[in-house]
Amino acid sequence: MIRETHVNALTLALLVAIPLWAVIADEPFTITLMTRAAVFAIAAVGLNIALGLGGLVSLGHAVFFGLGGYAMGILAHHAQTYTALSEWPVLIEGTKSMPVIWLTAIAVSSLAALVIGILSLRTAGVYFIMITLAFGQMFFFFAISWSEYGGEDGLSIYVRNGFPGLNTLDPIQFYGLCLALLCLVLVFAWRLAKSPFGLALNAARQAPVRVETVGLDPTRLRLVAFVLSGAIAGLAGALFADLNRFVSPVMFSWQTSGEIMVFVILGGVGRLFGPVVGALVFVALEHWLGGLSDFWHIYLGLLLLLIVLFGRGGLIGMVCGREAVHD
Amino acid sequence: MTEKSETAARTAETPVLETRGLCKSFEALRASRDISLDLRPGEIHAIIGPNGAGKSTLIGQICGTLKPDAGSVHLLGQDVTHQAARLRARAGLGRTFQISSLAMEDTVLQNAVLGALGASGRSWRFWGDALRDRRLVETAEEALVRVGLQDSARHRTAELSHGQRRQLEVAVALTLRPKALVMDEPMAGMGAEGSRLLTGFLDQLRQEAPILLVEHDMDAVFSLADRISVLVYGEVIATGSVDEIRANAAVREAYLGDEA
Repeated sequence: MIRETHVNALTLALLVAIPLWAVIADEPFTITLMTRAAVFAIAAVGLNIALGLGGLVSLGHAVFFGLGGYAMGILAHHAQTYTALSEWPVLIEGTKSMPVIWLTAIAVSSLAALVIGILSLRTAGVYFIMITLAFGQMFFFFAISWSEYGGEDGLSIYVRNGFPGLNTLDPIQFYGLCLALLCLVLVFAWRLAKSPFGLALNAARQAPVRVETVGLDPTRLRLVAFVLSGAIAGLAGALFADLNRFVSPVMFSWQTSGEIMVFVILGGVGRLFGPVVGALVFVALEHWLGGLSDFWHIYLGLLLLLIVLFGRGGLIGMVCGREAVHD
Repeated sequence: MTEKSETAARTAETPVLETRGLCKSFEALRASRDISLDLRPGEIHAIIGPNGAGKSTLIGQICGTLKPDAGSVHLLGQDVTHQAARLRARAGLGRTFQISSLAMEDTVLQNAVLGALGASGRSWRFWGDALRDRRLVETAEEALVRVGLQDSARHRTAELSHGQRRQLEVAVALTLRPKALVMDEPMAGMGAEGSRLLTGFLDQLRQEAPILLVEHDMDAVFSLADRISVLVYGEVIATGSVDEIRANAAVREAYLGDEA
């Protein structure tokens, strides 16, 4: 068995090496694919906090991904049309600055996660899945009918937003930014899993009654995990919108929620790098299988089926075996 | 067991834990009928009764996972009837489960640290390693040493034997530094040796925290208990010392049969 840390290091090395090769070989499309994978990975690392640590099977993470996307879309749309977002009671103008957009995306999606979490964490199991799914659909149909921001057609942003000191129009620079954020999010998820909060959340997933018996509130632990998870998915949504320079209601669709979950399951639920491996493999398959056949989803489905049936720990679990006991 | 006569003499002391007239029904089944019990400092109060007598329902109401239809629960003189289980735990009520409810994927130490974490109120720390927090780990390790699990601290809980899981249940309860303990069949499924060790340990533990002990192992009950209450069809039919219960005709008929 290969050690998990080695797989993680290899994954990180690929995330650096492939785009560098692409620059040298002048293959900008490969950089775009890698950026897509990195952004998906950020969303999946977010979901993994709720799903892997907290055991919350959320089919509504598209809400946060979409809100992040629309936060970017709306702010940039007002900036490029030179219109104010709101004039009263305070003047709010659009912006093309990524840091401001990211913070807005995080704030909006955390707030949504808080409200959705409070309402849906009263249930568990299948009901939790259905309620999160229902919230996803609500936002999806709202976005479709929101004609002010493109409705069904979505919003196009003509020029990618800016980041101080970088030329974000250069694919490799934008990729570097996304990779840096992915690393930041990974460090956060890693520390979180080891922290007192992570220990309690992890126990609340396995033995909620026990957690209550030691004087902690499992529901509150889950709610905080859900909010952190949603905030990270929101950040990913803003980046995804910037990558495509386009937002549409599809970001809110349940297929998006499903895809984020597929990244996590494919790579390994609860594994630190599971979402990263999952997103990379997904984007690779999407590209290659998609080029071979229009029915590539069938093959992806087959792969997922095999992984779920024979490798409960996802691809990382298949390669590394069970998770090592922490020292 | 020389303290037995001493503790029996201390009946005047205020109880650490008390139930007054607890009633609980599930549809037509009356699982608790007007149950009034108390647990005094330094004692082990055993609750025995045949299967289906309502022992688990009683424990649920005492610990806060079940709401009584009528009656009240008092912990250290405070009415806790309407408090959630976790608040009772914080107030000093420790509990062990009949069926081990531990985080099986986690290590033994992690389970014990969880207990220490609950008591310390540090569960909202998102940064820093829980297993490097000296205060948490010291509390946890101390509890593991006391139940004799220190050598298994780094093992996954799922790898423990049944008896060791019981010991860990007790250790987690100890990390809370409880003022009173409610133990649901701690001896169940333990071998003779493990049962003997745990009996010796509980015997000492009563001085630190009195124990409300629900147990099927009559040898353990008769050697440990200061008082015994007999529960039959949701009703306490007798409370008294070991000798009184052994001699009680109604108890013999209802429950003990040939065993006594």
